[in-house]
Amino acid sequence: MIKVSGLTKDYGARRAIQNLNFDAQQGEIVGFLGPNGAGKTTTMRILTGYMPPTDGEAIVAGYDVVEESLEVRKRVGYLPETVPLYTDMVVFDYLKFMGELRHIPNVDDRVDEVLDMVGLIDRANGYIGNLSKGMRQRVGLAQALLHRPEVLILDEPTIGLDPGQVVEVRELIREIGKERTVLLSTHLLYEAQNICDRVLIINKGKIVAEDTTENLQARLIGAERVVVRVRGEADELADTIKQVKGVREVETKDDGAVEFEFASGKDLRPEVAKQIIKSGYDLLELRPLGMSLEEIFLELTGSDSKKK
Amino acid sequence: MRTIWTIAKREYDNYFNSPLAYVISFAILLPLGIYFALILWVSAQQSFMGGGAPESTPINWLFVFLMIFLSPALTMRALSDEARMGTLELMLTAPVRDFELVAGKWLGAMLFVLSLALVTLVFPIILNNFVTPGIDWQVIISSYIGLILVVSALIALGVGISAIFTNQFAAFFATLGLFFFLWFMISLPASYLQESGAVLNYLSLSNHFSQSMNVGTINLGDIAYYLSLTALGLFVGTTAIEIRRWR
Repeated sequence: MIKVSGLTKDYGARRAIQNLNFDAQQGEIVGFLGPNGAGKTTTMRILTGYMPPTDGEAIVAGYDVVEESLEVRKRVGYLPETVPLYTDMVVFDYLKFMGELRHIPNVDDRVDEVLDMVGLIDRANGYIGNLSKGMRQRVGLAQALLHRPEVLILDEPTIGLDPGQVVEVRELIREIGKERTVLLSTHLLYEAQNICDRVLIINKGKIVAEDTTENLQARLIGAERVVVRVRGEADELADTIKQVKGVREVETKDDGAVEFEFASGKDLRPEVAKQIIKSGYDLLELRPLGMSLEEIFLELTGSDSKKK
Repeated sequence: MRTIWTIAKREYDNYFNSPLAYVISFAILLPLGIYFALILWVSAQQSFMGGGAPESTPINWLFVFLMIFLSPALTMRALSDEARMGTLELMLTAPVRDFELVAGKWLGAMLFVLSLALVTLVFPIILNNFVTPGIDWQVIISSYIGLILVVSALIALGVGISAIFTNQFAAFFATLGLFFFLWFMISLPASYLQESGAVLNYLSLSNHFSQSMNVGTINLGDIAYYLSLTALGLFVGTTAIEIRRWR
């Protein structure tokens, strides 16, 4: 449904994205993960026909985004990052207007249906300008869903929503992704893990990794880091932990906690716990430290440059 | 065509969401009403001295004259505001051709001015009741055709310029400057020049209306002039949108 090859975009002298290659099948939710300014929005704007690429080509829903832009736009639902809306319009009128632009039959019924899906039916007659950020986000989402698009492109769909709504919107996206193609961008790793079948990690305009979320994590987390806390003074705690075979990178933190690492696959936590108890300490905490997206990025961009 | 209509309809409705539309209506209809009363009063004075029958076409001239200053305010936001608010991204990713967007904006503003022009029809109708054997409706029709053509050109140019700018005030002053130049200034040097003077006179925005359609003469050259300006405005607008895409 989406096929991108050699996609490149320059803004003046600055290269925003460079030689992107990826695809997405029907019934697949693909996550586009990357820090701000990585080129996510640029790529999405090219795929939605908003602007042409400098080089390369992109086929969306069977049509070329440059040559048959209008056909692509008919089949794509797009939620832009900034969620631009006509703030002086009533929610219902706005969606009806967008629906009429897309020649949707029985547009009034469909608008009600979509408003119900995003949980805004009771605000249908309110002005968009009076809505909260989260509600505007959902109006934008309703607009993207209006014409039952084959391909849904969502730029940061859950940003600005409160936790309950985030869960609802993710549920909605997952439901839609069963039959359609969804490409969504996010900078939250757990969000990508939660809804995406596959993740593309993009940094400085290049795809640095592409895999399922499980594989990606397994590949990245070569070592597991654990933090240990005990009651009272723990001057020799670090030395105690060092006695366990396989433990490395032992480090005493300012607050008295000790962190250490071991190679993933062989969990050393029981051994470490036994050793601590044996040495007479009262063990309070023994907790694995998850890997943050930032760390994954550092890892990825680092290993990327080493490869080349 | 349906898309153009959808955009025009929203644009038209949107005018009534802002005070600007009411201010513009007021700024046009009030002077016209006063002017009409003045025409009636003057002709009533003169009729004792054997003056001619009053005419309503000077009111249409004033309408067009006021549009020189007011239509830039009507069109300044058309596309510049879409660019500023980011809603242009919405329009450009919907199945809407760039030309359809620009033409829809033009038609929306046209409908607004046509509504005002419809109101001004009361003047010739009132006049028709005062004058025996009635007024010359052919001149009135010619005058209104002229008015519609001038306004069409002004709005198309205004919408076109609005597509170039992101700031509505920049669009306003650029449009006003252009109209001022085309209406008052372009034919000024004509009297000093020989042959090229005719070209400058032809380019003047006012000549084709004031001395032609507003006095009952319809000729193809005048119609072609205003239609070309309309086409130029829509072309500039469409091109400006296309350039925005490539930037």
